[in-house]
Amino acid sequence: MALPNISSLSPAGPEEILLPARPWFIGVTLIGGLLANLVPLSGISLALRPDFLALVLLYWCIQAPRYVGVGVAWCVGIVMDVGDGTLFGQHAFAYAFLAYAAEYFRRRVLRFPLWQQAAQVAVLLFLCAALVLLIRVVGGAPLPRWTFVAPPFVGALLWPAISVVLQWPQRPRQSSSEL
Amino acid sequence: MHHIPAEPPAFFHRGPSPLTRLAFFGVLSIALLFLDTRYRYLENVRHVAAVVIYPLQRAAQWPGDAIAWVGRYFSSQHALIEENADLKRRVVEQSALAQRVPGVERDNATLRGLLAVRDRYTGAAVAVEVLYYGRDPFTQKVFVSKGSADDIAPGRAVVDAQGVVGQVTRVFPGMSEVTLVTDKDHAVPVKVERSGVRSVMFGAGAGHPPELRFMAPNADIAVGDVLVTSGIDGTYPAGLPVAQVATLERETGQMFARIAAKPLAGVDRSEWLLVLAPSAALPARPEEPADPDAAKKSGKGRRRGN
Repeated sequence: MALPNISSLSPAGPEEILLPARPWFIGVTLIGGLLANLVPLSGISLALRPDFLALVLLYWCIQAPRYVGVGVAWCVGIVMDVGDGTLFGQHAFAYAFLAYAAEYFRRRVLRFPLWQQAAQVAVLLFLCAALVLLIRVVGGAPLPRWTFVAPPFVGALLWPAISVVLQWPQRPRQSSSEL
Repeated sequence: MHHIPAEPPAFFHRGPSPLTRLAFFGVLSIALLFLDTRYRYLENVRHVAAVVIYPLQRAAQWPGDAIAWVGRYFSSQHALIEENADLKRRVVEQSALAQRVPGVERDNATLRGLLAVRDRYTGAAVAVEVLYYGRDPFTQKVFVSKGSADDIAPGRAVVDAQGVVGQVTRVFPGMSEVTLVTDKDHAVPVKVERSGVRSVMFGAGAGHPPELRFMAPNADIAVGDVLVTSGIDGTYPAGLPVAQVATLERETGQMFARIAAKPLAGVDRSEWLLVLAPSAALPARPEEPADPDAAKKSGKGRRRGN
């Protein structure tokens, strides 16, 4: 199978049914997302760092809703809260909301090519960030720097790449479809 | 090419609806948030969970460490020679100064003995490296490389070569969290070095200079004055430089002057920090007079480190 080229990002073309995702693969990618979030950074890269875990979670909420839904997202968020040392329940709430929004939008999002999916993902990630902002400001935190709005957009830009990587193992084997 | 995920038909029963689940987990989150902000009941849970997640955090540092190691390996010899020359020059410059220190220290000890001043900060300290900056954009925190295994405890003052950086607020086995003086929930008791006027410096969050609140408009303070710790709280040893007064607005119509300070230490730059040993134990606080309001007030205690 060839690497997905630019034509695979356009809406026209035949449709392919993906194999079901394996639960262990979902687990491994979620841990990978958590690790990517925990990488120590500083300065500009810290300000631009997208929430990788939210991206992976969103992908699986859209692609494998049988395995990953609101409950799993909430548990993953609690782990992220511990890793980040932030308030308990902050990421959990945001990720649970993200999972719900994904459940609501998934059928529509899937109809679009990856670049247009990214635009919709940007909105979801931005709502997620706004929810965190609301929680913290109500809790008495000061407003963060304006760079707070950057990570959702960086995350949306990464969406096509993350989608291609995560759906790679689920693509049907070419040999099985040949007669 | 379109990819359609494999999924079961929707008419099979799949438990409560997503909205019900969101409502359930949303309420659970809000309850947790409330418990955490308001009562800090969850510190023990966090501690246990932090120990579990610690290997992951260390693993996440590997790529950065490897890149830094490669970078150091290839750092040009020229830079090292330059640095060496610079350091030698500085040693010569400072040795003259250093020779005076023993004499000054002896005089100081005698005078303090005469005044029967309690021995204060004795100088034991642990050098730590900043592992990474806190990812939470709402707070100003760094994580440093040593923790309870090296006898670091919450409430220790953290300084760098120029002045106070912050204080240890949470301790894990292999690392600890330092809240910086610029954090909104952080306050340092200070005094103006020149005039001795006491005040408290409050952090104001990222991107805002810390400020001195509740100073009368006619207080003896001027732009450029150095603020040092007053040692009143028992957390910070007295006499450590903290900040310099950057701007000062005295308006006669206002109750207080508006004073912004600029931290002297490289609060968001220093890579190596020093965690100081606790200063000598203060005598116990005298009993509060029985006051019905006092109990109510203590229940409302805000997060102010220690």
